[in-house]
Amino acid sequence: MTQLDFITVLPIAFLTFWVCALLLADLFIKRKGLTAVLAAVGLAITLGLTLMQVGRSALGFNGMLVLDGFSIFVQTLLLLSGLLGIALAYGYIRRMKIERGEYYGLLLFSIIGMMLMAQAADLIMVFLALETLSIPLYVLAAFARPNPDSEESGLKYFLLGAFAGGFVLYGIALIYGATGSTQLAQIISVVNLSGGFEGIYNPTLMLIGAALVLVGLGFKVAAVPFHMWTPDVYQGAPTAVTAFMAAGAKIAGFAALLRVFALAFPTLSADLSPVLWVISALTMFGGNLIAISQTNIKRMLAYSSIAHAGYILMAFVPFGDPKVLPVSVAAGLFYLVAYTLTNFGTWGVVIALEKAEGKGLEISDYAGLGRKYPALAAAMTVFMLSLTGMPPTLGLVGKFYLFRAVLEGGYVWLAVIGVITSLISAYYYLRVVVTMYMHEGEAQTEREFWLGLTTLGAAVLTVLISLTPQWLFILAKDAVLMLF
Amino acid sequence: MHLSETTTTGFFYLAPWIVFFPVIGLLINAFLGKRFPEKVIGWLASMASAGSFVISVLLAYSLWASGGHAQSVYVAPWIHIGNLALDWTFRVDTLSVTMMLVVSGVGTLIHIYAIGYMHEDVRFKHDVGRYRRFFVFLNLFIAAMMILVGGDSYLMLFVGWEGVGLCSFLLIGFWYDMDTLGRSSWANSNAAKKAFVTNRIGDFGFLIAGFLMFWYIGSVQFDEVFAMAPGLQSGVIVAITLFMLIGVTGKSAQIPLYVWLPDAMAGPTPVSALIHAATMVTAGVYLIARSAPLYTLVPEAQFIVAMTGAVTALFAATIAVGQYDIKKVLAYSTISQLGFMVAAVGMGAFVAGMFHLVTHAFFKALLFLSAGSVILGLERGHHHLAKHEAHEGHHEGHEEVFDPGDMRNMGGLRKTMPVTFWLYIIGTLALAGIFPFAGFWSKDEILADAFKEGYTAVYWLLTIAAFFTAFYMGRQIWMVFFGKPRHEAAAHAEESPLIMTAPLMVLAFLSIVGGALNLPGLHTLTLWLEHTLEVHAGEFVLSVALISTALALLAILISWLIYGRKPLEAGQPDPLKRPLGFLFTGMENKWFVDEGYWAVFVNRYVDLARFLADVVDWRFWHDWFHEKVIAGTYNWLSHIFLNRYADQKGIDAFFNGLGEITRKLSAATRRVQNGFVRSYALAVLLGVVSILGYLILK
Repeated sequence: MTQLDFITVLPIAFLTFWVCALLLADLFIKRKGLTAVLAAVGLAITLGLTLMQVGRSALGFNGMLVLDGFSIFVQTLLLLSGLLGIALAYGYIRRMKIERGEYYGLLLFSIIGMMLMAQAADLIMVFLALETLSIPLYVLAAFARPNPDSEESGLKYFLLGAFAGGFVLYGIALIYGATGSTQLAQIISVVNLSGGFEGIYNPTLMLIGAALVLVGLGFKVAAVPFHMWTPDVYQGAPTAVTAFMAAGAKIAGFAALLRVFALAFPTLSADLSPVLWVISALTMFGGNLIAISQTNIKRMLAYSSIAHAGYILMAFVPFGDPKVLPVSVAAGLFYLVAYTLTNFGTWGVVIALEKAEGKGLEISDYAGLGRKYPALAAAMTVFMLSLTGMPPTLGLVGKFYLFRAVLEGGYVWLAVIGVITSLISAYYYLRVVVTMYMHEGEAQTEREFWLGLTTLGAAVLTVLISLTPQWLFILAKDAVLMLF
Repeated sequence: MHLSETTTTGFFYLAPWIVFFPVIGLLINAFLGKRFPEKVIGWLASMASAGSFVISVLLAYSLWASGGHAQSVYVAPWIHIGNLALDWTFRVDTLSVTMMLVVSGVGTLIHIYAIGYMHEDVRFKHDVGRYRRFFVFLNLFIAAMMILVGGDSYLMLFVGWEGVGLCSFLLIGFWYDMDTLGRSSWANSNAAKKAFVTNRIGDFGFLIAGFLMFWYIGSVQFDEVFAMAPGLQSGVIVAITLFMLIGVTGKSAQIPLYVWLPDAMAGPTPVSALIHAATMVTAGVYLIARSAPLYTLVPEAQFIVAMTGAVTALFAATIAVGQYDIKKVLAYSTISQLGFMVAAVGMGAFVAGMFHLVTHAFFKALLFLSAGSVILGLERGHHHLAKHEAHEGHHEGHEEVFDPGDMRNMGGLRKTMPVTFWLYIIGTLALAGIFPFAGFWSKDEILADAFKEGYTAVYWLLTIAAFFTAFYMGRQIWMVFFGKPRHEAAAHAEESPLIMTAPLMVLAFLSIVGGALNLPGLHTLTLWLEHTLEVHAGEFVLSVALISTALALLAILISWLIYGRKPLEAGQPDPLKRPLGFLFTGMENKWFVDEGYWAVFVNRYVDLARFLADVVDWRFWHDWFHEKVIAGTYNWLSHIFLNRYADQKGIDAFFNGLGEITRKLSAATRRVQNGFVRSYALAVLLGVVSILGYLILK
């Protein structure tokens, strides 16, 4: 292990050390609030270490891990969502009487997996990271045991996750068969060298392997038709876990997809772009259409999160076009930021209204919120507008950049589908707003400091950043992938 | 920074703070002030305004130290499109600083006065919560006015111009859900609307002037416009200046757009003093003075401006004679005095106009605030009585509507409100132009300029207006302060607290010595403004001064003969009513101008709107065109074609069912979502198979 290796992995190594120590310390901590604070401190320090790496780029551990602007951007976003996840969970798990110290340990382990995912430069590493991030999430989903819904959620997620993991592994094996390596750098050189003549490179195997990797990662980000676990898991899992899962797992999955597809598979774009096109369109349509008939807010938001995976997938469709790629990667990253912010805010409001035993989760429970808690209702309105993609919110800006990138790639119809499905989505998002303001009701909320801060802060940022989005887009654009 | 640099750069870099201070004040009060006690809110707002004043003083000092050269202070970029480059830039020169000093100085005094005034006002009107809102609006006004006077381009000036218009609207309609007597009604709100709409007409003129400037000059920045203007055809400049004059008649309440100002007295008295007497309404005068290089190019436009001002001065002064509301008299007096200023700047006597603007700000603010003190004094008396009667068992109390602003309810107040009485006397003497009060010097300079420059008509109009001015002020004094109380409330009126009278004393002092700003022979203000404007020192013409002083004294004497010697009795009509007959009825009813506007413009406009809505839009467009032509043709076609080839129900079902289909589709997809892991895994597998199948088989 050279010094460079160490620098490459420093934030992850630190966080791993911290979480191990935290698990030990937790044995002696009576008030679990302290564990939460310690976990947050660990994340904050890791965030500092990550930000110290800005500007560096390096390969470490013999090409297993890579450090570049892209990984730093994604990891920063992941660590921030970890902090938001803790802020949402802090009061919630106490209120739901599931306050156990492992919660934060598992959360941090999952973040470690996600951060590895952002840095993985080897397909084996991708798989390891995928499992590292997934297994704690399975446990977290079942964290409210002995609540049967939560247990069901965890088990379902685990079974289907394992199933999908199999596809990824099989895909990696095929790619290894096709190229003789699992390292992205070597895969790229083999593909480029054997352009004209038959070497060891087998394009058919490569294509099938890539498709299987796409399936596995598509499962993680909940793309149609690999999405069916999402509503059940999101609904059954404790809401704070759902909030984190919806953002964190998506960010990590998309990060891996972006790196692997944009770097290793551009030669396959002629074949894979149509597949991605269809998956993206199906995901947008499927998620938004089914969301309409939902009455449970968690289920509705689960479908909404599927639909948003479809929007982000749009950024992948032109992945083989080197001219459009930088813009579309930036647009994808920007949308991830926008989605993360809005997502945590929305789930924060859901948590504020949730009662014990799964009460307070119907959309009809939001009636009268506008009159009784104007600030919270205003925040929820901002989030609903942002999810729909209406001004003055970040959601609109994110969609604008995405659609523009897709149009530059020449996929006009995909952009049209994006606009149409956004219109459809207004139907169920605005229904929440209508319920809050125009229906009579006695909405009840919990007052928790960190929860309120997260929610209102997210709402304010959603509006403020949308007024001057340029700097964020430039940051995303500068977060380039390192080429080998 | 070295001392030497300080002397060259001065405090100019502080210029943006004239706006920042009030903005900070209003933000604190608006967002954090919910739990502040009234004192904190009021003093915070006053300090914000005082901060602006301190900055204005520093700017004035820096200007004086640096020889009066205009400075531009860049704040932030604004509009950069094509060749147009506009920034947020403050212009610090002797003219703008003069305005800044008046606005923030008088503004601060009025803020302090309002701490006491609004404390009682919100209680008489039973809505204590609006106290904070008042000061937020007041600070917003100061900020907007500072942008107006500090701007370096016509566009920035316009931003402030609209900003003060908005504040004026908000503050006239401050008690939007009642009338001036506190009864539930939309009267105040209508007054605010009237002010806003009338000003929009004026703003339209200003905008056209701005567009013309941009079209012919390509810039709206002051220096660039003034540099390019001499090269233009004089017709263009006449158009620009006259369209600008429309804006001036709106904001500075001149004929024909003055009608909003008397109604604007619906606002609380500090507002009347600050916005509708001392500062905002003088913005038009400032605009003409600022545009002096344009006006001096076209004498014909100057003549029109001067005549507009002079006619307004006399016209409004006659109306003031026939008013009974203490604030309405002052409102028409303000219109009249603004006429003096507009006439002065129209004649090219910019210094005289600015001089009168400054002194008028002092004594008119003093008069308005004293009038506010009188009104509150009567309110106090009224409430005292009501409480007293309730105590005695008269439970019906004061059910009759009592107007504390009606001079016919007053009388004899010099005994119950002695401080206010003396302050009012000082304000009156200053306004009437009695030697050596401030008004004497400034008004006399205008008259002398008119006389010397050969504007004979203007001179005589203004001289007669000055006579009327002294007369209606005399009438007011006799009616309000002398004689016997004509109402119980007046008999029990109480003097105002020190927080209200102290700012008045400062203003009274300024009204007495304000003339020292530009004494004949010294010409302090002339020398000061000379750095910015092309001026000529006004000469003191003894005959003019003697005539006007003699007329003023004569007018006061006549008013004593009519109103003072035999005081008005309760219920007695105005003694002028019989001898003057229809003339007095005209004055009393504002020469029926409002009624005329209604008959000629407003009713025609309403008729037109009704015609458009009812006849054109509904009967023609909807009933005939849509229903008969489009729908009729469509029905006819559908009867022939669709009934034959397609089922009416099919079409209907398609459109009605579009939403239904979406919902059904989503319900169907939900059916697949049955909760079994095996079905989900199957779906994944099907997905994999179809993707691989596509990739292999294509």
